[in-house]
Amino acid sequence: MMPSSPLSLFPEALRESVRMVQRSRESRLAKRQRGERVEPLSLSDRRALLREFHPDHREEGRAQLRVGPSQGSWLPEELVALLHARPRPLVMDLMERARTHGGLAASLTTDVLVIGGGGAGCAAAIVAAEAGVRVVVATKLRLGDSNTVMAEGGIQVADHECDSPAQHFLDVMGGGHFSSDPDLVEALVTAGPAVLRWLEELGMLFDKYPTGRMKVRHGGGTSRQRLHAAGDVTGLELMRVLKDRLACLDGITVVPFAPAVELLTDESGRAVGAILEQLPGGRPLIVHAKAVLLATGGLGRLHLNGFPTSNHHGATADGLVLAYRAGVPLRDLQNCQYHPTGVVFPEKLTGLLLTEKFRGLGAQLLNRHGDEFVFGLEPRDVTTAAIIRECSEFENGVHLPGGGVGVWLDIPLIDWIHGRGAIEREFPGRFKEYLHMGLDLRQVPLLAYPTLHYQNGGVVIFPNGGTDMPGLFAAGEVTGGVHGRNRLMGNALLEILVFGRRAGAAAAAFAKGAKLAVDAGLGHLEAYLEQLDGAGIQPVQSSPRLLPAYGTVRPV
Amino acid sequence: MVSIRYDETWMEVPSGKTILAALEAAGIGLVRGVGCRGGICGACAVLYRVSSQTHVMSAGLMCQETVQDGMEILPLPHVPNKKVPHRLELPEDETPAHHVLRLYPEVNNCVMCGECVRVCPMHLDVMGYVGMIKRGDLKGAARASFTCIGCQLCVIRCPASISQPNAALAARRWFGAHQEPRADHLTRMLDKVDSGHYTPIFRWMRRLDPMEFQALYLRREREPDDAPPGTWLPDDRALL
Repeated sequence: MMPSSPLSLFPEALRESVRMVQRSRESRLAKRQRGERVEPLSLSDRRALLREFHPDHREEGRAQLRVGPSQGSWLPEELVALLHARPRPLVMDLMERARTHGGLAASLTTDVLVIGGGGAGCAAAIVAAEAGVRVVVATKLRLGDSNTVMAEGGIQVADHECDSPAQHFLDVMGGGHFSSDPDLVEALVTAGPAVLRWLEELGMLFDKYPTGRMKVRHGGGTSRQRLHAAGDVTGLELMRVLKDRLACLDGITVVPFAPAVELLTDESGRAVGAILEQLPGGRPLIVHAKAVLLATGGLGRLHLNGFPTSNHHGATADGLVLAYRAGVPLRDLQNCQYHPTGVVFPEKLTGLLLTEKFRGLGAQLLNRHGDEFVFGLEPRDVTTAAIIRECSEFENGVHLPGGGVGVWLDIPLIDWIHGRGAIEREFPGRFKEYLHMGLDLRQVPLLAYPTLHYQNGGVVIFPNGGTDMPGLFAAGEVTGGVHGRNRLMGNALLEILVFGRRAGAAAAAFAKGAKLAVDAGLGHLEAYLEQLDGAGIQPVQSSPRLLPAYGTVRPV
Repeated sequence: MVSIRYDETWMEVPSGKTILAALEAAGIGLVRGVGCRGGICGACAVLYRVSSQTHVMSAGLMCQETVQDGMEILPLPHVPNKKVPHRLELPEDETPAHHVLRLYPEVNNCVMCGECVRVCPMHLDVMGYVGMIKRGDLKGAARASFTCIGCQLCVIRCPASISQPNAALAARRWFGAHQEPRADHLTRMLDKVDSGHYTPIFRWMRRLDPMEFQALYLRREREPDDAPPGTWLPDDRALL
């Protein structure tokens, strides 16, 4: 469907502002070519901006965690509610049985149980199976339905002449405001080149020059161009390849539509399996395993502070609940990533992402007058705070007639900078999608506002992917420490691969030296419930939540 | 409000929403048939007819298509498809293109009806890439199928029983693993990492006190956006 005019889809109220953007484009291009730009902020200016305008830094919306190993931390109230909640009814019933029978009998046994079927879970399962152990992958939805598949921008790896893992280390540490665990970061950046070669060997396609050299771009907060992409569908291409590799391996059983609702532990406090809840219907499936690996992803679907989210349907913080009840500490969860550019218009795509790669290629963030107001490649939290300030304090946002506010992302500028055809070539997926809706990205800017995108913190892990609990491993978005308080673009795909592989290998090694438990039970949970009761926390809801509460009358 | 028919039942749902959001507003929370909600995972494929007056069966994704009055929908959470396991190991007397054809020989049965192209929610030239696989053009097929989300809508409509997305996936992986040149700068970096070149650099950096480390961060030189590939080098090369 081609629109009659490029602007025909925009409500009348927006058109004048779009024209201002179009009118200022030529002078903005000229400025850019002269090397003039909005300067990046100093560290102290960054801090001041964040303190005043970033949702994480405000008092409201937070609550204090009153039990468990991270007791006393102030976390998003939606998350605290889940950590203070009681187990799901199914688990409460099984607790009774475990108590009277001295454990729960297995419906399925395996060496390594991987909970979560996204990028980290698949990478872990592949490596564990290659190490020769039996693997069960339990996933809430289908294998691969995850945030990984939605990643557009790319993967950061230091592999060019001007770059090095040490330089990458510096960028990650600074981007995370020097709060990351340096051991984890060193592991992350050092394993990057090996991961990239592994993907090449698996037949994953990257944007390359004819010689085989990788095409790379800047992302927010990078000092070198090191974002490797597969068009604008990097996560899709990665997930397709991982799923295919997994399907071609022996020894892996995938159990879809069966989210884990509780870990199982033995007398000694080792993780020895999990209770899965089959969807819909809620029948339990008891899995005994020699090692358990959490790769459950993040929490976007909790809609913290009422923000829309770019996350997939199942991102409801289940893994945090499971691990915390089992006594594993959490870190950095007070900081969530609000991606600067979520879609505001068209409204039916609200919250979905406009990848940072647009800004990496030169698309500018503009207020309603068509003026650039922030260096587009600040670390994400800084850009987000700048957009919120522009729309609130400075009142320079673009208002939609039906409510909602945003700033322009001037995508057509990319073709002006790099020549005609650049947008189509670099963003094949999004270009077609929007064109089909009647929006030609070569001609019109899009309206954007921050969207809840990523859980920076999570379960505390060691560099090998292990946790405080013997037999329990974790990788990916559910973990904390790699990105500290703020993640840079392209480091999440790297993280799920590096730590997915590490945790998979460590879990396989652990499983080889371990036996299945005979007394797999819920002792840890009884202890946790006692703490909740002791703290006087009333049972108002149950968790993990599993699915967002949109239309829960008749799940099918 | 508009009327749509799901599971043989007519229901009133709000207009202007995607099929998925409209169903949810009507109290139906899907478990099968919902995934990323962003048009990229392929979980929510749907066949629909806009009214019983039309002969046209349409297809799309429930998280992308807007509901229309009179729409009757059939979500397709799983379409059985042919998938041949392979290890990307090339027998000596074969080419990658020939091997992909051996895995999915039914691409030769394409009757060129174009139905796959009509129903593809990603607007891919499915029939075109099937032809490329048939002719041994893996590179072309890789490019033409690049944004395939594997929703399998083409599979359910194909009169020649081809599993197009899986054939395309094989084409891309065999092309990537056997025909696409490897990045030689990556090989050099791997050698450097494996030789332990960075061990003393990390040791030095990690011993810096916080102020020195922050100063090092602030001194970073930024590679220019338009630097030609592999040419620019920073003045300070201590971290290289």
